[in-house]
Amino acid sequence: MTDTAALDALEAEVLTQISGANDEAGLDAVRVGALGKKGSVSLMMRGLGGMSPEERQVMGPALNGLKTRLGDALTARKDALEAAALDLALVSETIDVSLPVRPEPQGSIHPITQVMEELAVIFADMGFAVAEGSDVEDDFHNFTALNFPEGHPARDTQDTFFMKPDAEGLRKVLRTHTSPAQIRTMMSQTPPLRIIAPGRVYRCDWDQTHTPMFHQVEGLVIDKETHMGHLKGVLQDFLAAFFETDQVETRFRPHHFPFTEPSAEMDVRYERVGQAVKIGSGDQWMEILGCGMVHPNVIRNCGLDPDEYQGFAFGVGVDRLAMLKYGAPDLRDFFNSDQRWLGHYGFSALMQANMATGLS
Amino acid sequence: MKFPLSWLKYHLETTASLDEICEAMTMAGLEIEAIDNPAEKFGAFTVAYVKEAVPHPDADKLRVCTVETVDGIKQIVCGAPNARTGMRAVYAPLGAYIPGLDFSLDKKPRKIRGVESSGMMCSAKELELGEDHDGIIDLEGDWAVGTPAVVALGQDDVVIDFEVTPNRPDWLGVRGIARDLAATGIGTLKDVPVKAIPGSFPCPIKVELDWPEACPVFAGRLIRGVKNVASPDWLQKALKSIGLRPINALVDITNLVTFDRCRPLHVYDAAKLRGNLHARRGAGEGDSFEALDKKSYTPAETMCVIADEAHCLGLGGIMGGTWSGCTDATTDVFLESAWFNPLITRATAKAAAIDSDAKYRFERGVDPQSVADGIEYATRLILDICGGEASETVVFGDIPATPADIEFPITEVKRLTGLDLPRTEILRILTTLGFTPTGAGDVLTVGVPSWRMDCALKADLVEEIARIHGFDKLTATSLSRPSVRRQAPATAMQLRARYARRALAGRGYQEAVTWSFCETSQAALFGGHGAGLALENPISSELDVMRPTALIHLLTALQTNADRGLSDARLFEVGPVYLTDAPDGQLLVATGVRRIASGRHWTGSRLPDVFDVKADAMAALEAAGAPAASLQVAAEARDWWHPGRSGVLRQGPKNVMAEFGEIHPRVLKALGIDGRVLAFEIVLDAIPQPRKASGLKARTQLDRADLTPVKRDFAFLVDKTVAADSLIRAAKGADKALISDVTVFDVYDGKGVPEGQTSLAIEVVLQPRDKTLTDEEIDAVAAKVITKVSGATGGTLRG
Repeated sequence: MTDTAALDALEAEVLTQISGANDEAGLDAVRVGALGKKGSVSLMMRGLGGMSPEERQVMGPALNGLKTRLGDALTARKDALEAAALDLALVSETIDVSLPVRPEPQGSIHPITQVMEELAVIFADMGFAVAEGSDVEDDFHNFTALNFPEGHPARDTQDTFFMKPDAEGLRKVLRTHTSPAQIRTMMSQTPPLRIIAPGRVYRCDWDQTHTPMFHQVEGLVIDKETHMGHLKGVLQDFLAAFFETDQVETRFRPHHFPFTEPSAEMDVRYERVGQAVKIGSGDQWMEILGCGMVHPNVIRNCGLDPDEYQGFAFGVGVDRLAMLKYGAPDLRDFFNSDQRWLGHYGFSALMQANMATGLS
Repeated sequence: MKFPLSWLKYHLETTASLDEICEAMTMAGLEIEAIDNPAEKFGAFTVAYVKEAVPHPDADKLRVCTVETVDGIKQIVCGAPNARTGMRAVYAPLGAYIPGLDFSLDKKPRKIRGVESSGMMCSAKELELGEDHDGIIDLEGDWAVGTPAVVALGQDDVVIDFEVTPNRPDWLGVRGIARDLAATGIGTLKDVPVKAIPGSFPCPIKVELDWPEACPVFAGRLIRGVKNVASPDWLQKALKSIGLRPINALVDITNLVTFDRCRPLHVYDAAKLRGNLHARRGAGEGDSFEALDKKSYTPAETMCVIADEAHCLGLGGIMGGTWSGCTDATTDVFLESAWFNPLITRATAKAAAIDSDAKYRFERGVDPQSVADGIEYATRLILDICGGEASETVVFGDIPATPADIEFPITEVKRLTGLDLPRTEILRILTTLGFTPTGAGDVLTVGVPSWRMDCALKADLVEEIARIHGFDKLTATSLSRPSVRRQAPATAMQLRARYARRALAGRGYQEAVTWSFCETSQAALFGGHGAGLALENPISSELDVMRPTALIHLLTALQTNADRGLSDARLFEVGPVYLTDAPDGQLLVATGVRRIASGRHWTGSRLPDVFDVKADAMAALEAAGAPAASLQVAAEARDWWHPGRSGVLRQGPKNVMAEFGEIHPRVLKALGIDGRVLAFEIVLDAIPQPRKASGLKARTQLDRADLTPVKRDFAFLVDKTVAADSLIRAAKGADKALISDVTVFDVYDGKGVPEGQTSLAIEVVLQPRDKTLTDEEIDAVAAKVITKVSGATGGTLRG
């Protein structure tokens, strides 16, 4: 039997069946009817054995070709049916993607923390380490070592909080500045020293720009050559870095602090832009920090020779820097834990100050 | 310290403008606090000439004036009885703000009873330039129309208020200010010599200095036959300009000298004195007296009083008594010019809670040499104003020594400031300030003037030189970078705080910063405040002790936020808590709080529970470098935590690193907090130091088994008292090499579980290392798990 025409007819018939199958079961029935053990194609394959070699040479490849083509058609139809079924299923799974997501509270970092870290980065870049101390201090470290004479009016300028006296009548104080940390550093380490001392400080005062607790960062350099020009330079570099501008214009004014000699206050030129300030332009000066060359008595109190060692110190309010840079008008809000304020003025946990990616 | 410009110019010869004077003050360290410039404040008001004043056609008491003003001829309706033709008055234009009435004139002319009026003529009171309100100002003199009113009124003196730093008492006298300004180069200090007034009779009153430490010198003289009249205008005006009320000539003269020379004086009505005077210690009750501030004082033994044989007359250097005060009836006056010890003066004033201009000066240090000049200066004024006859001046005791000379290498200027100044400039500055530098070499011997007791060191002279030369001339110089490789400067504690913060913020907590102090009763809810940590002078009774925990303010903040309708706050703080007043009595603690509340959401919502804050605490601990996963958990949190829903995370039995759970409802109630609150506290100080790094940051080799892990489930019946953590640990310990993980997947105590017991179901993961495990090996490990767990917890395998 060399009737390839019959094969063509069979192929056409089965392909029609395949394309007519509407589900997997129907398609399988077609497959069994054609390619199953007793399927029409399989029966014809079986008939090959009874053929002459010549016939077989024609019919063999023809049958194999038919089988392959039908197999491919089955697979294609199966894939199509599956895809259609999946499409149908997915349509039934449709949801309204415009519905709101599950709420995830947004955490934040307090602006004081952010500014502290900004300061640490700026000064680390200039070679300053960070020193810390405790908030409850003794009179020696907060006053005496810093050249505040006992009973001197200069002590009145600090609005000090005192603890109730102990059995021996000694009163601890809440540190009025972070300078005690500088004293402890000078007494325990050998120059050259470059440190900043950030932390909580306390003064008995409460209004829009004063709170009984606030934050300060103080800087100290002790070596054998650092002079007041360096002080001016470091502070200008610091302000330029902190306010992220090259246009810092400062004014150094003489002042008096017991722990520095000469002493100065530094003003910056500024103008108000809303609640924030723009540094470097405008026609107003704003006092921003106190500083000076470390007083010889302080150097001596820390066991060093003021004729050999010299250096400078400065102190600046962290909260105030935060107010100025980020435009928060009322200092008291910093400590009110109002969720709305914290969210508005706070920083993302991912916003880590550094010199490569920026301060904030 | 306030002073009018005219007073400054009495001592300073200068052509400098107000701006230049202010700039010079600022740059010399006299920080200006306020400038009261009447010409600016009253700039709108000028002299006007009333060409004609006729009666108002429709009102008896009003006049219609035709006025020549700076703005041209104006018609002004005026109600003042003294408005008349030909007078010179003060004109306020339309729109001007009238300070004494606190309103602004209309910008357009308005009709008064039908007659248009453009502007106003003012009374002294309306301008706040006087009390007179009987009529409008009727200027004397032929002032040109348009002249500023304050000029015509002689009230154009600018008053400058500036901050006197505690080291510069000499700035508490106008002459001291003039001296510094002269040094800056804007003028020259006038020579205003004080001439000694010879006495015409011996002083009959002796002064005994019984406490020389407090009062080492006392110059006195009697002036007889004075008339204690009202002071002349110039003196009254000078005092008023600095805010002092003129009283009578004798008192006004002492005030003038106080502010002119920083030389406090006192005047006694000699008729009231009995015998000699004493400068001595207070004697308590016996010395009780009424001072000039009308308050009674009882001078203690630590206070220096001036007394005669019968009465305490006052606190030395602070305030005299009313008994011997000078009145209009005083005819003989005893004048005191003494020097009082700063420390004793200050301690006395503090203890007695008294303040005065004299005290303010003596506690800062008055020029001892001014004892002599001061009495002569005051005598001159008394004789000129009050007449009378002066006795000889007697100086009792010794004037304290002037400060010692300073050996000053001029190289110090460059060493400390970087300024390279010529020797001549250094000498010029020192000399104009009153110092006396001598010596030809590089080291000067510098004599210090008696009024500069703040100068004792080389650095003090460097400050004077740099200050006057100008801090603006300092060359800003960047610090050179250290040449060695720098370690990251953050300390371990700083990093812990930083990472804990960032971890908590990443978990939805908002960082707060709250007061280090709290209220005693609040602290008591958390174990009470530490010894020695109660404030003597709290800012308020609600912040009177150092906080033992940051929970207090965070909890109350939750409520405050909830009251504002924000009930989903999660707050945290990384800050100090205070246990003792020792340097190491302060701990750095990360504290977090959140309410047990959930917002409504279409997907449904889950209430947070203890395991949320436990997870937060562990995450923060992990971030801060603690071995969070291996910490023991125990239900041992302190009293302010819910007794059944709280725990601690600790290393070993003692080192508690964190507490977590629900806050005790009793505590919440006491703090006024609604609902329930979850919290945690992490003691960052308790985290162990990481082991010293070897220097290399390379990690150990990764241990990564290739074989598939095997999982086996077990359910144990245990007593309810058994902590799941102990069961997990026991199971993990059954074979430390093979068991890589144990997790609890079910906790059940319902039907089928005996009363008082719980069924804990765990999944144990076995990680084969070098070969696949056989069934026998797995069974052996399972048996070990059961034995270990039973042994540790008394639990039995659930059938």
